[in-house]
Amino acid sequence: MNGGKNMHELSLMESVVKQLRASAAENDIKKITRVLLVVGKMTMAVPDALQFAFEVLQKEDELIKDAVLEIREEPVRCECKDCGHLYEAPNYEFLCPSCSGPNVKIVGGRELYIDFYEGD
Amino acid sequence: MVKVRLATPVLQENNEVARENRERFRKHGIFVLNLMSSPGSGKTSTLERTIGHLAGRLRMGVIEGDIYTTKDAERIEAHGVPVVQINTAGSCHLDARMIRPALEDFDLDALDLLIVENVGNLVCPAEFDLGEDARAAVLSVTEGNDKPMKYPLVFRQSEAVLINKVDLLPYTDCDISQLEKDLKLINPELQLFRVSARLDEGFGPWIEWLQKKVQEKKRGEPQAG
Repeated sequence: MNGGKNMHELSLMESVVKQLRASAAENDIKKITRVLLVVGKMTMAVPDALQFAFEVLQKEDELIKDAVLEIREEPVRCECKDCGHLYEAPNYEFLCPSCSGPNVKIVGGRELYIDFYEGD
Repeated sequence: MVKVRLATPVLQENNEVARENRERFRKHGIFVLNLMSSPGSGKTSTLERTIGHLAGRLRMGVIEGDIYTTKDAERIEAHGVPVVQINTAGSCHLDARMIRPALEDFDLDALDLLIVENVGNLVCPAEFDLGEDARAAVLSVTEGNDKPMKYPLVFRQSEAVLINKVDLLPYTDCDISQLEKDLKLINPELQLFRVSARLDEGFGPWIEWLQKKVQEKKRGEPQAG
C-alpha cells in the first residue's frame, strides 16, 4: 500500500506538503516558490533525506513543482535548571558543563516546523 | 509574491491523536509502555519473559508493530495474552493514528498494562508520540558500545533501558560500565536493568519497576509523557 514509506523522512515530508496545501488554499496561493523548513539536530530527520523526499513529492504536485526547499538546522541547546547555564550540546552533553548537575532541559534541537513559505 | 509564516510543528497531527489516545488510557487507568529497540536486540524475547513474570499479577495486553509479518504476535499470543498486530506495510515506525483502531480490539477495562512493541528501529520511532505513559528501550551488549551516542534521542526519551544478552558479555568487546555511563550521560534519570532474556535472569527489578508504574497510574499520579 505504501511500500515507499520505509523512510520516515517521506512521511514527515508528506505532512509538510499537507500543511502547505491547507495553508495555500486558505491564502489563495496557486504556486509555491520557496519553503523554509526548520529542523533541529536532535530530531531524527536527516536534511538530505528530507530534501530527497521533497523532490519525490514535487513530481506529482503542481503546487510545489517549482518550489525550492531550504532547510535551516538548529543546534542542540540546553539550559541547566540548577545554575541557569545555557549551552550548546553538539555531542549530547546532558550533564551541565558548568555545575555538573543532571537537571538539564533541552531547549533547542527538537524543532521540526515550516517557518514560512512564499508563493503566488 | 506572498510570504506566509506558519511555524506549526510538522508532527502536530500525530501529536493530537496521541493526546486523544493518552486521554483514553487515562480514563481506563491503563499504564502504556512504548518499547523500542534496534532489530535483533531481543525485544520480543524480553517481552515474553516479562509476560511470564507478570502472569497472574497484572492484566496485560500487547500491541505488536511489525513491518510485514505476524511472527512476533504469534509468539506473544502463545502466552495467552491479548495481542493486536499492526503491520506498518513498509513504514519504519508506529504512529499515533495506527494505535487508535487497534484499541478497538481490546477490552480496555480488563487491562492494567499495555505494552506496545514498536518496529525494530532506533531512529524513527523516537520521533512519534503514541500516547504512551513511558518509553523503554532494549539494548543488547552485542550491538556495541556506541549505540547510545549514535541514537541519543531514543535513550533521552526513555525512562528505562533493558540491557539484554548480558550472558554473552564474555564473548563481546562491550564495556558494560562504559555503556551505562554513556546512557546516564544522555539521560541521568534512566533506570537501567541488566537482563538475559535467554536465561531469564535479572528481570526482578524490571518487573518491580513496571508494577510500581502501573500502581501509580491506577492511583492517578502524574506520569511523564
